[in-house]
Amino acid sequence: MEFAELIKTPRADNVVLHRPFHPAVEGTLCLTGHHLIFSSRRQDNAEELWLLHSNIDSIEKRFVGSLGTIVIKCKDLRIIQLDIPGMEECLNIASSIEALSTLDSVTLMYPFFYRPMFEVLEDGWSSFLLEQEFELLSSVTNEWRLSCVNKEFSVCPSYPPVVIVPKSVDDEALRKVAVFRHGGRFPVLSYYHKKNGMAMMRSSQPLTGTNGRRCKEDEKLINATLRSGRRGFVIDTRPLAVAQQARAKGGGFEQEVHYPQWRRIHKFIERFNILQESFIKLVEACNDQSHNMDRWLSKLEASNWLTHIKELLTAACLAAQCIDREGASVLVHGSEGTDSTLQVTSLAQIILDPRCRTIRGFEALVVREWLQAGHPFQQRCAQSAYSNSKQKWEAPVFLLFLECVWQIHRQFPCSFEFNEQFLIMLFEHAYASQFGTFLGNNEYERAKLKLPQKTMSLWSWVNRPEELSRFQNPLYEANSLVIWPSVAPQSLQLWEGVFLRWNRPSKFLEEAEEERINIIKYNKELQAKVNALRRQLAEMETDEEVQEE
Amino acid sequence: MEHIRMPKVENVRLLDRFSSRRAVVGTLYLTATHVIFVENGSETRKETWVLHSQISSIEKQATTATGCPLLIRCKNFQVIQLVIPQERDCHDVYISLIRLARPVKYEELYCFSFNPKLDKEEREQGWKLVDLNEEYNRMGVPNNYWQISDVNRDYGVCDSYPTEIYVPKSATAHIIVGSSKFRSRRRFPALSYYCKDNNASICRSSQPLSGFSARCLEDEQMLQAIRKANPGSDFIYVVDTRPKLNAMANRAAGKGYENEDNYSNIKFQFIGIENIHVMRNSLQKMLEVCELKSPSMSDFLWGLENSGWLKHIKAIMDAGIFIAKAVAEEGVSVLVHCSDGWDRTAQVCSVASLLLDPYYRTMKGFMVLIEKDWVSFGHKFNHRYGNLDGDPKEISPVIDQFIECVWQLMEQFPCAFEFNERFLIHIQHHIYSCQFGNFLCNSQKERRELKIKERTYSLWAHLWKNRADYLNPLYRSDHSQTQGTLHPQIAPCNFLYKFWSGMYNRFEKGLHPRQSVTDYLMAVKEETQQLEEELEVLQERLANLQKSQSGNNKVKSKQQDRSKQSGLYTSNNSLANTPQEYSNDLKSFPSRSPSQGDEDSALILTQDNLKSSDLDLSANSDQESGVEDLSCRSPSGGGCLPSEDSGKDSDEAVFLAG
Repeated sequence: MEFAELIKTPRADNVVLHRPFHPAVEGTLCLTGHHLIFSSRRQDNAEELWLLHSNIDSIEKRFVGSLGTIVIKCKDLRIIQLDIPGMEECLNIASSIEALSTLDSVTLMYPFFYRPMFEVLEDGWSSFLLEQEFELLSSVTNEWRLSCVNKEFSVCPSYPPVVIVPKSVDDEALRKVAVFRHGGRFPVLSYYHKKNGMAMMRSSQPLTGTNGRRCKEDEKLINATLRSGRRGFVIDTRPLAVAQQARAKGGGFEQEVHYPQWRRIHKFIERFNILQESFIKLVEACNDQSHNMDRWLSKLEASNWLTHIKELLTAACLAAQCIDREGASVLVHGSEGTDSTLQVTSLAQIILDPRCRTIRGFEALVVREWLQAGHPFQQRCAQSAYSNSKQKWEAPVFLLFLECVWQIHRQFPCSFEFNEQFLIMLFEHAYASQFGTFLGNNEYERAKLKLPQKTMSLWSWVNRPEELSRFQNPLYEANSLVIWPSVAPQSLQLWEGVFLRWNRPSKFLEEAEEERINIIKYNKELQAKVNALRRQLAEMETDEEVQEE
Repeated sequence: MEHIRMPKVENVRLLDRFSSRRAVVGTLYLTATHVIFVENGSETRKETWVLHSQISSIEKQATTATGCPLLIRCKNFQVIQLVIPQERDCHDVYISLIRLARPVKYEELYCFSFNPKLDKEEREQGWKLVDLNEEYNRMGVPNNYWQISDVNRDYGVCDSYPTEIYVPKSATAHIIVGSSKFRSRRRFPALSYYCKDNNASICRSSQPLSGFSARCLEDEQMLQAIRKANPGSDFIYVVDTRPKLNAMANRAAGKGYENEDNYSNIKFQFIGIENIHVMRNSLQKMLEVCELKSPSMSDFLWGLENSGWLKHIKAIMDAGIFIAKAVAEEGVSVLVHCSDGWDRTAQVCSVASLLLDPYYRTMKGFMVLIEKDWVSFGHKFNHRYGNLDGDPKEISPVIDQFIECVWQLMEQFPCAFEFNERFLIHIQHHIYSCQFGNFLCNSQKERRELKIKERTYSLWAHLWKNRADYLNPLYRSDHSQTQGTLHPQIAPCNFLYKFWSGMYNRFEKGLHPRQSVTDYLMAVKEETQQLEEELEVLQERLANLQKSQSGNNKVKSKQQDRSKQSGLYTSNNSLANTPQEYSNDLKSFPSRSPSQGDEDSALILTQDNLKSSDLDLSANSDQESGVEDLSCRSPSGGGCLPSEDSGKDSDEAVFLAG
């Protein structure tokens, strides 16, 4: 296999592994095509560390005499240090890791080689089909239809082959609208609010340009979601000035004259390179080990991370409010409609739709609003917060979404079926994974790579009962209401589970979680026992009555 | 009553801090003990009660077309904004409140009129709940090394110390008196905590009057005696909790710190905790941040950092951690002092004790701890918390900081404490409320003179009676976190210290998590207990039946109780059902939630619930109030000025503004 030539030194002994909050351990380091494996065979604490090369974000090496030290910074934000005796071994290992962690071909990635050790009960690749979603929708309304206009990915390369659109708009019109929208991303249904029949649509910006081009079909399409005499809201995730500038480059926004029934709200959400910088700064602050940490809050503030969280949550709440409280339909878009748009539409659904707060429902949401909707995972998650290279398309857009979910979860700790670990797991797999789910930038690329045939789906693994049990929130009680989070600064906190995960002691918090689980488990066991006894008693009593008779 | 110029004003508006649209109209009453606002109209007649003793400042603002605004800030961090139609009425209310909020005699305080309808015996029992003699015995003294000294029996040596004091056996009365003369306010070294596992102890005192060169043989003997009381160690730490600069400045005034050369076998250590003035200003700055109408994330974080508050909290924690380590790990005794030894010293000794001894992490133990390190050793409650009108420069949130340290520890060790956050909040509330006699005056001597125990009630008994409300569901006495010493992270983990919105934004319920894990788990545990009982009953029945005897002994099933119980879980979901104002653009949206929720229930002491559990944010009050108006805690509703949108709601036109 071609990896062999990249591995100059496959194995080194007497390597010392350092991690925060763990004593240093000595052991053997092995490199394979996709993993860095460290194993210590000491009798008292034999342990193994398996690290995917694709999880490695950056690597630094330094020498003291002939003792080399490699510092490995991972995409899940963990930092480990390996002391490797022998300069040559150390150099070889470092350069191998560097090469193996930056493979440029997707098909060399681990998901294409991974063979699961578990039995597949349900193929995750077909767990969440839009057709099923549409079936559910059809049971409450007949105003929508499934369109296959994009079957060959010819109308919009970043859309899935099937989409849900208003029934009154035919495929011919959709083709025309696609031409009028950036990247062909014509307005499609994102969410239908059963309670009042309002719809949330998403798209990219309209290509009005400087001369105010219009497209009758586009107007007709989005007007089709309005009840007669009612108005809708366009939530544009750019500030007005940026939206106006976009016209010079052929983009633009819906102008009142052509969309008289729509009111536009500009709710600015930061773009990707700014977000990536913010991410890097935040992680830097969290990893600051200097003893002068006086300025921790200033550094947290300077990263602007929580500001982005607040903006994003506010925009999502606004969209949800338009739908639920105003009884209005909503169209969300920014420029391309692949980043901030998806953040807003997916978070609004968390707020509005109890189903999205279940494990299965949340997975469906990620598939529908992120994977199928064409969020370019491969570009955005190519590097994490430690990358030294100049960023191009990287941005923690999905991580921000997950964190916002966490913030809402923290405010409504009993309303989610999943726990924090579930969100952290998704973060990890979006950046490095043995599963093919997050490879590629859209369904088109995934189809070309034949991912469903050649790789395993994350959902096939996660949805097995033994895995699911780790991700269940013991406090969950289905809550059918809309949940309105607070977005005040006092209500938002740093997501310690991700950002301080490796540099805070977690033992006591884990113990607390265990305690919570046990309290509830014991309660359920007792309930079961009591119910069984009651039944038994009831039976015996009736028997006795029969006998008495 | 003679101070009340205006007992009743009608048509007063109670504003919501975040949205003037939610103002409610009602009648304002001034009584001898409370300010009461009763809402007009609504069938519930919601009431807001504020104790005069909670009022920290009253501000009369410029009159507007709608009336004269009055801003009342409370020591428990509630802020109340009233608009009184007539300027003259407002002035009268203002003048009355100024006087009422600053009583000049102890007899004016609420605890002398508060009557929870307990008989004399119950009151006496209440005061016996916390017994320091018992506590010292629990610690293991008197013993071979420590004895009780009666040198201060008539407060003859030190009037801010208690009568009963533990000192090393080898410290004679002569040494104690000599040492006391060499210490500020004669606060000589005395035992605060004794660790019976290794004989190490924490002692406390005030600063020595060493000036630049003075020394005192008896004081040196006293420290030597403390060292000898711990035979396992050949030195003691002397911890001066002040910044070095402050301690040095004191030398010029004839005070200062111990010179290592003069004392045999001491190791001297400064731990820079700032003085009460710095702390007062710091809190002030932080509260300004909390009061911002719709702060951006940057405003908030920057303001929090700038206040320095969390840095001060960390300094206190670090000092406590240092001492706990010295005692538990090194087995070395520690003498702690600051200037007078009643503020920082109290903070640090109690934090260290809390870390060292799991007993203090129980509900009862925590009461004992406050009684021991704060009340008995003459922490000046009256001066620090401004119970009587006095020097504003004496006021400082000293015990508030200690209470926050405990909360920070609870966040890091969620299973280690028997009590929950609510317990801490209620203690803070009552330190200022003067509803109970525990925290009156500046010393034990003053309290005895006032006959506090005969004339007032004890907070501890009150809290103990309602202890079910204060339990931490995660606490198990056999859990590893409840054993032995707690080892919190030390520097540089500043990020472990967090802003405590549960305290400082206590009345802004909309800012807090809408579902309480604590309450949920308590409900589950309660149900579990019922299930256990039912199980027992059922098993008994089964056994009886199996003996195939008469099936008549029907035991009443508790099924109904249980279904009621599970209803409780979801009831707070109703809280979830109102959005905030997420956008200026949407400010014209009709607001559907009722105005001014019950979040002030904390403060609302309706006469009825005074009888039972006096106030406050007991779990249930939240749920019943259906705190709809979380919504109004608008983060981004910033643009709306009170006067601007107080008129009728205009139309969607506003959206275009965005």
